Amino acid sequence: MTAYCDRCGEPGVHEPCVAARQLEPPRFCTHCRRRMKVQVVPTGWTATCVEHGEVSSLASR
Amino acid sequence: MASILDHARIQVLEQGVGLDEAGILEVLQLPDDQLEAALQLAHEVRMKWCGPEVEVEGIVSLKTGGCPEDCHFCSQSGLFSSPVRSVWLDIPSLVEAARQTAATGASEFCIVAAVRGPDSKLMQQMRDGVKAIKEAVDINVAASLGMLSQEQVDDLVDMGVHRYNHNLETCKSYFPNVVTTHTWEERWSTLRMVRASGMEVCCGGIIGLGETIEQRAEFAAQLASLDPHEVPMNFLNPRPGTPLGDVPVVEPKDALRAIAAFRLAMPRTILRFAGGREITLGDLGTRDGLLGGINAVIVGNYLTTLGRPATADLELLQELKMPVKALSATL
Repeated sequence: MTAYCDRCGEPGVHEPCVAARQLEPPRFCTHCRRRMKVQVVPTGWTATCVEHGEVSSLASR
Repeated sequence: MASILDHARIQVLEQGVGLDEAGILEVLQLPDDQLEAALQLAHEVRMKWCGPEVEVEGIVSLKTGGCPEDCHFCSQSGLFSSPVRSVWLDIPSLVEAARQTAATGASEFCIVAAVRGPDSKLMQQMRDGVKAIKEAVDINVAASLGMLSQEQVDDLVDMGVHRYNHNLETCKSYFPNVVTTHTWEERWSTLRMVRASGMEVCCGGIIGLGETIEQRAEFAAQLASLDPHEVPMNFLNPRPGTPLGDVPVVEPKDALRAIAAFRLAMPRTILRFAGGREITLGDLGTRDGLLGGINAVIVGNYLTTLGRPATADLELLQELKMPVKALSATL
């Protein structure tokens, strides 16, 4: 379930944020809206919530 | 009376001498119906004075966020309410990023840190990171760590960093509107030390910070007077939470005019497509830029935002019959 937008941290899903996320990594945890630690590398990104763990675009991780 | 493009054809294309500030301004003010001719001339200049090769680079953030400076465009400033949190990249991940960059055929890998200038912890991380990359990956290592002392410049040379990036960001007259925690002159001072050290100088900026067209011309002329090896051209990608977060993106035709003008100001430099090109120009604009004076690209992601897949740029270069500059050609 997506409680919070992973771009702006507000409740729900927002079309402008979904569009912007094509060229941005997530910044907020969708479960608890905490700001995540995000590491962008040339081929992907990894975002970590201290409570809910890691999400990543890197398939090999 | 000859047009600015007729004048540039003789001065820039035939003689290899860049336009002055007045000439650059004329190019930036060309009407839409002359834009294609300006891009064509800029392309001819690039082909004559730089050749068909395109330099490919990947960049990575070694230390993200928490910066004490207030560059108004930057989501990594700790002074704004940006969602970007502070994080460090570990050495194994840094080496892996270099390896993946090299796998694209890139000859350049730039390590970037969001700092005013490096402290001893960051310099040690650089020492360890550059050594590890050089042992494992065949690629040139560049760095971008903010303002440097002479001792730090010397240390980077000793590490084998071959190019140093330090953007002036915008022209001298507009800089105080964009940054208040340090001066344009402080940046210039670091650039002079870098040049004197023998490292290659990489210095560019961001188009669309709210500067006037006249200030855009001033910026290109100031860059030309520095004579940098490389000029990265960014276009503002307004970041949430920053003072420039609501500024509109540059109009595509203005972005293309800027590319042509910067090439006609600096016929021999490596003119690199950097951040913001995706949202400003899209896929078609990337092609137009590469056929309008650009001869280098950052492939893959940027520091805090994402770019086109490297394969999309590499396929475009192949289609345009523009070979990727080999590592051996840069040594």
